[in-house]
Amino acid sequence: MKANTPKNGAARRQFFLDSAKMVCGVGMLGLGLGLYAKQSKALPALALRPPGALPEEDFLGACIRCGMCVRDCPYNTLELAKPEQPVATGTPFFNSRNIPCEMCEDIPCIKACPTKALDHSLTDINKAKMGIAVLIDHETCLNFLGLRCDVCYRVCPVIDKAITLDLQPNTRTGRHALFLPTVHSEHCTGCGKCEKSCVLEEAAIRVLPPKLAQGSLGKHYRLGWDEQKKAGGSLIDESKMLDLPDRLPDGAVLPGHYDPASGHTESARGLPGSEAGVIPSFPPGLGGKP
Amino acid sequence: MSPTNKRIGADAVAEKGWLGAHKWLILRRISQFTILALFLAGPWFGQWIVKGNLAYSYTLDFLPLTDPYVALQSLATGHLPETLGLIGVAIVLVFYLLVGGRVYCSWVCPINIVTDAAGWLRDRLGIKGGAHLGRNTRYWILAMTFVGSALTGVVLWELINPVSMLHRGLIFGMGTAWMIVLAIFLFDLFVTSRGWCGRLCPVGAFYSLIGRWSPVRVSAPARAACNDCMDCFEVCPEPHVIRPALKGEAKGVGPVILAANCTNCGRCIDVCSKDVFTYTLRFNNSPTTVKQTTPDMTV
Repeated sequence: MKANTPKNGAARRQFFLDSAKMVCGVGMLGLGLGLYAKQSKALPALALRPPGALPEEDFLGACIRCGMCVRDCPYNTLELAKPEQPVATGTPFFNSRNIPCEMCEDIPCIKACPTKALDHSLTDINKAKMGIAVLIDHETCLNFLGLRCDVCYRVCPVIDKAITLDLQPNTRTGRHALFLPTVHSEHCTGCGKCEKSCVLEEAAIRVLPPKLAQGSLGKHYRLGWDEQKKAGGSLIDESKMLDLPDRLPDGAVLPGHYDPASGHTESARGLPGSEAGVIPSFPPGLGGKP
Repeated sequence: MSPTNKRIGADAVAEKGWLGAHKWLILRRISQFTILALFLAGPWFGQWIVKGNLAYSYTLDFLPLTDPYVALQSLATGHLPETLGLIGVAIVLVFYLLVGGRVYCSWVCPINIVTDAAGWLRDRLGIKGGAHLGRNTRYWILAMTFVGSALTGVVLWELINPVSMLHRGLIFGMGTAWMIVLAIFLFDLFVTSRGWCGRLCPVGAFYSLIGRWSPVRVSAPARAACNDCMDCFEVCPEPHVIRPALKGEAKGVGPVILAANCTNCGRCIDVCSKDVFTYTLRFNNSPTTVKQTTPDMTV
């Protein structure tokens, strides 16, 4: 064992000082890098990841920035983020207004990925979730204005499933229909062909990350009609159900209103099936009991 | 620079001719540019020999190569590569375990060309001194990148790694990555001599560790012929690795440069007019006296 000579003490002191210097200096660098890393997780809304990409937090750990997905994309859809772009440097992304995903059936980008950043278990491109299209502007969309543009609907690779045209009366003309493009999230892959082909100066339909595009019900919410269907009947004992009479101000009339106390339905004035006394539909939960 | 103010390697040029005094440098540049050309043949000329970049590449749809440092950071975040990626890691590890880890730095890395240029210009302009940075700073940064990757869940060093930025930039589009490269050049030129590769870069630190026990080494078997011209020390990017081998005869240290920081660049072989140095295997290390010691790795 070495004697605790002054020379040893000085050397030990120097060692601790040097170590402290390194820990502090490199720690500062690490802190800066760490904060930058946190920032880089905020993927901008219009940057989409390739099909099968893990959720962003996992993706930035799994992706090694090799660009193999970029190389094997036959449509040059993907690019690697440059340092000045607001996407984590070197990671693959695409902007569907520039070049959308063409949804290759063999998904070459996933096959090329040497890591699990792109989920290799995704083999059906129709199950991809790169984002969800949202008809974001109801004021400029030509179909909302009453025209028959329909381009987003026509180009959709999952036509009539991911985008349907829903008919609404055109109250402006009073005699035409509005054909409203309506996205159905369970079928939309987020390929972005609709956004790419929107004829407007700025697209009225855009692909957004699911997190931005979708609401989410409270976890405890149950939809009565779904539960009823699942159970094959009403979940409550309907014979014990109490339906209170509706109270309206004296002399007030609600067109089309069904009053359970009297079993009477008010005239609905011109709406289909609105003859007085006839119940147009049963209120939910009442089954066939008038 | 030598006291006579002669250019580094002037004696060697006089003795062996310009080509003889630049042999390994030329071979190294050929290696660096050939590798770059293989990567660029695809995107520039449509000849797809190699796809990808230094992080992962796939050659002729047959040979996967993965950067083990990037893969290890990814592992620190809790993600394992796919099979091909893992095979690539194994191939690269075995290769550098054999030929010397920092062969990556001097024979492959594109930033080496930049820092070599800065070192050359620094010598030409006679710039001396600068900020002091310990040569083991890189190991601390290396450790930080692993800890940081684990904490943030992001492959941390790849956010700013100038090596991959330059290489990726050339192949996939540069953007402002050239600014980072320029910053490295100016840092090495004005702030600290051999500052990036020799003191800061955790990639080099990682490959130093890989090559810690690699058999292929530079050695000074003819060290008795050394005339103390100091050219090898001047030209070496990691001059601290030379002394134990070159001047170790009295202490019974063998002539093989065993320090992990040696990049096997062979510049010392080039600039020595007395042909003191050569490439050899680490086993050819019998000192003229008996005792053998292992030199410190990080000094």
